[in-house]
Amino acid sequence: MCTTCGCGDTSLVPVEVHERILAGNDRVAAHNRAHFAGAGVLAVNLMGSPGAGKTALLEATARATAGRWRLGAVSGDLATDNDARRLEAAGIPSRAITTGQGCHLDAELVHNALHAVPWRQADVFFIENVGNLVCPAIYDLGQAANVVALSVTEGEDKPLKYPVMFKAADLVVLTKCDLVPHLEVSLDALAANLARVMPRPEVIRVSARTGEGIPAWVAWLEARRASLPRLAGAAPGHGHAHDHEHPHEHRHAHEHRHADGTVHAHPHGHAHAHGHAHAPGAEEEHGHGGADHAHGAAADHEHRH
Amino acid sequence: MHEYSLVQSLVARVEAEAAARGATAVHRVVVSVGELAGVDPELFQTAYDTFRAGTVCEGAAMELRRVAARWSCPGCGRDIPRGEALACAGCGVPARLAPGGDAMTLETLELEVP
Repeated sequence: MCTTCGCGDTSLVPVEVHERILAGNDRVAAHNRAHFAGAGVLAVNLMGSPGAGKTALLEATARATAGRWRLGAVSGDLATDNDARRLEAAGIPSRAITTGQGCHLDAELVHNALHAVPWRQADVFFIENVGNLVCPAIYDLGQAANVVALSVTEGEDKPLKYPVMFKAADLVVLTKCDLVPHLEVSLDALAANLARVMPRPEVIRVSARTGEGIPAWVAWLEARRASLPRLAGAAPGHGHAHDHEHPHEHRHAHEHRHADGTVHAHPHGHAHAHGHAHAPGAEEEHGHGGADHAHGAAADHEHRH
Repeated sequence: MHEYSLVQSLVARVEAEAAARGATAVHRVVVSVGELAGVDPELFQTAYDTFRAGTVCEGAAMELRRVAARWSCPGCGRDIPRGEALACAGCGVPARLAPGGDAMTLETLELEVP
């Protein structure tokens, strides 16, 4: 109502919202992330162009870690379950997510697919995104790390053309490196271009065909696995850096005991909350690391309190 | 064409806000889009203008504010010029993106309330 004279006319009210347009997706992603963290599963969002070698990289990963790691995957494509079949044949329990006309996976699609694949038993769980260097980068899926597969045949300037994708990457896996002698590509120029779009450029050169670089890629995954809250908490003798992650471990443990993995509004966090053993400076640092890519542990917990 | 699915999310959010406040119409929607948000502003505007018909946003023009990507050194504060490596040559630390440069945010609405 008009507040000036009470005449009954409607009034225009400005409303401050200041909310991310993808806030709905972010909430589901946080839910997925809590699931993965609670089960001690390293979830990796693997992105890249169609034909960059994402599926071949996962096949090579399965060969290199056979008997050591249990893997799992969901694989997104507009049509066909060919990639999921290839992964199954390589020994990776997999599920296809066909998106129809959708150019990317979102957190809801991943969440629904998780019901149909034994992700909880996996040591490393791959979310093979739709082949696309544009949209997948902006949808958080609940992953612990973003990896972009870039093949040497795609040219040195791909990072400059698709900066959003490469900015989102924690790691670029440079694939098909066995082809370099046959190409005019300059790997130095490529590295320089990555540094122009990634503040922390990290690159591993691999060839799924020859196996070159695959041990380095597996070691990278291993290091990521070791820093998962649950695994880090379980390892004895860890120093200061891991102290901050103990509270997360406790919180996730509580969630899964009490909620069967469905409800995430538990107040248990307070009992183990940050602060009892942490210097304020260290606390701050932890928060920055998580907020940087908007998919760290800190971002995860914001939604639940 | 993820712009269409983004517009769907935007309209759904506006509808929820309008319903919660008992609004009879929405007059204005202000959205900010960062240069590194992964959204083409023109395409987003076109998608919005196509999609809003028949929704609560039908009469609401969208004001789209562009936010440039600004990188600087978290140590010394030096701005990183465009095209340069995203690290401070002096401090040797990774550059930091100013807030909003990679975000897509529903900022404000103008609602008509009885």
